[in-house]
Amino acid sequence: MLFKIGSLLMTPAARYGLLALAILFPFLASNEYQVYVMASAFVWAIAVYGLNIITGFCGQLNLAHGGFFAIGAYTLGLLTADHGWSFWPAFLAALLMTAALGFLVGVVSLRLKEHYFAIFTLCVGFIIYLLIDKWEELTHGPIGVRDIAAPYGFGLVDFTETTPFYYLVLAFLVLAIWFMGRLSRSLLGRTFIAIRNGDELAESLGINLMRNKVLAFVLSTTYAGLAGALYAGMVRFIGPEEANITHTFDMITYLLVGGIGTITGPLLGTVGIVWITQSLQFLEEYRMIIFGPLLVVLVIFFPRGITGQFLSWMHHKAQAMQPRHKARASKVTAPQEARNNA
Amino acid sequence: MLKVEHLTKMFGGLAAVNDVSVVFEAGKINAIIGPNGAGKSTFFNLISGMHQPTSGRILLDGVDVTRLRCDKVAQLGVGRTFQTTNLFEQATVLDNLIVGHRLRTKSGLWDVLVNSKRLQAEEKASRDKAREALDFVGLSHVENQYIADITQEQRKRVAFALALATDPKIVLLDEPAAGVNPEETEGFAALMKKMVANGLTVCLIEHKMDMIMSLADKIMVLDHGEKIAEGTPEQVRSNPLVIEAYLGSDEDVAA
Repeated sequence: MLFKIGSLLMTPAARYGLLALAILFPFLASNEYQVYVMASAFVWAIAVYGLNIITGFCGQLNLAHGGFFAIGAYTLGLLTADHGWSFWPAFLAALLMTAALGFLVGVVSLRLKEHYFAIFTLCVGFIIYLLIDKWEELTHGPIGVRDIAAPYGFGLVDFTETTPFYYLVLAFLVLAIWFMGRLSRSLLGRTFIAIRNGDELAESLGINLMRNKVLAFVLSTTYAGLAGALYAGMVRFIGPEEANITHTFDMITYLLVGGIGTITGPLLGTVGIVWITQSLQFLEEYRMIIFGPLLVVLVIFFPRGITGQFLSWMHHKAQAMQPRHKARASKVTAPQEARNNA
Repeated sequence: MLKVEHLTKMFGGLAAVNDVSVVFEAGKINAIIGPNGAGKSTFFNLISGMHQPTSGRILLDGVDVTRLRCDKVAQLGVGRTFQTTNLFEQATVLDNLIVGHRLRTKSGLWDVLVNSKRLQAEEKASRDKAREALDFVGLSHVENQYIADITQEQRKRVAFALALATDPKIVLLDEPAAGVNPEETEGFAALMKKMVANGLTVCLIEHKMDMIMSLADKIMVLDHGEKIAEGTPEQVRSNPLVIEAYLGSDEDVAA
């Protein structure tokens, strides 16, 4: 029975069901604040999908991810607030800026491997924070950026309202997941996974390490920039704290809990933890007393997160069921489906 | 086929490989033996482009590949296995093998975005190639199992299949029979003969002397980075330098 529910969750129908639920959410929510929280969870989820490309698929722990999120937010914020750009051109500029800076940082930092790469990117993240905090002529320093433009709705919708903005974010999230899914099944995604398995083996299979790692890095920073720009358009006021390293570690937590290197994981982890955090708000910083042990338990028992554990369980169920199905000449293709969704 | 001329690799003041010249002929099984630390793996790393030699030349079918990067060497037809192979444990055997053919494909980010015809064709070709390689090593029946669920011996065969999926001309096998029982060792010997019968050139590092002596067409013996002997198993077996090198170390005595 459980297995049947499991395989049902893996069908395209279930995914459309989930999408339908997301579309209906503003009507199901009891107040506007819940819609706002969900929209912000989706924004973070987009950034986590980016982290999933470089860290989950390509295996390079990038600790500058929050920094690129902030660069996306500041590019949009400064262009609209200080230079009179309207939202969409600034939005595009934010994507291009994070992609370009991602390329530059990637080309330098990806010469390093493993912990050295992680430490280097940690420093890059901190430098980004310092630049935003100290370069007052450009960024206004600790005062932050006010009066950021909201997305222009071409006279059709008003994105300063919570619900329309929610749908805008949802659309970008769907796009982000769609591309992630396509990437993961493609030869390019497999190339990234081969690099995660080991540089030496990947290289001996004829894979150009640097080119592929830089590509994965640029994709990930572009996702971060997209999320950052949406964030700036949502809150309309940003400060240097957006580049704080804690955001990066939050995103890593979302990724680990949801399932690193999976398609559903980033969404599950982000939305789940954002709501748990919301409901534990009354505990303030003490909520870490609950989060800390929870994370430890999770990493020990489910190293591939909720989604990873689920997929693995599904696969073994399917394998165990196979002989019986053959005997019955059934056409159940559960293992096939589980594989396609991994 | 593979011609190595005066190959030297210095690590600081230490010559890991010192002035080694050798020719590995096409369609033969060539073995490299020697005590631990003799420079065998370094020799492989030099041929495959993972390390750059200090001096000397490497010619593959007459093409100078001495200074080429690892992935370029692989594209020219040098396949390789390692002593340990890290695979994606929570994915199926077939899924792990599909990337093996990546170096013969050209699809990039744009193809992924628009799901181009080229990408679809190349993905099918890669999948077919993976199945073919899996069939070659006799593992078609575990195609849908997770790597985490197959035996150690099957993992080694998967590593072979991965190297074969790159469409190599020559395969470098680093201790293919390490850590497997005698019966399985024979299975690997048969597999290597099958590779040669299919037109491949095999080059292996191995410590199991019984296997080497019955399998190899040609043996090169390295000791302290230098080539001390070369020839057929009989020639090598009776070479006093070889006997001394092995008796002087903690290795198994040459059979």
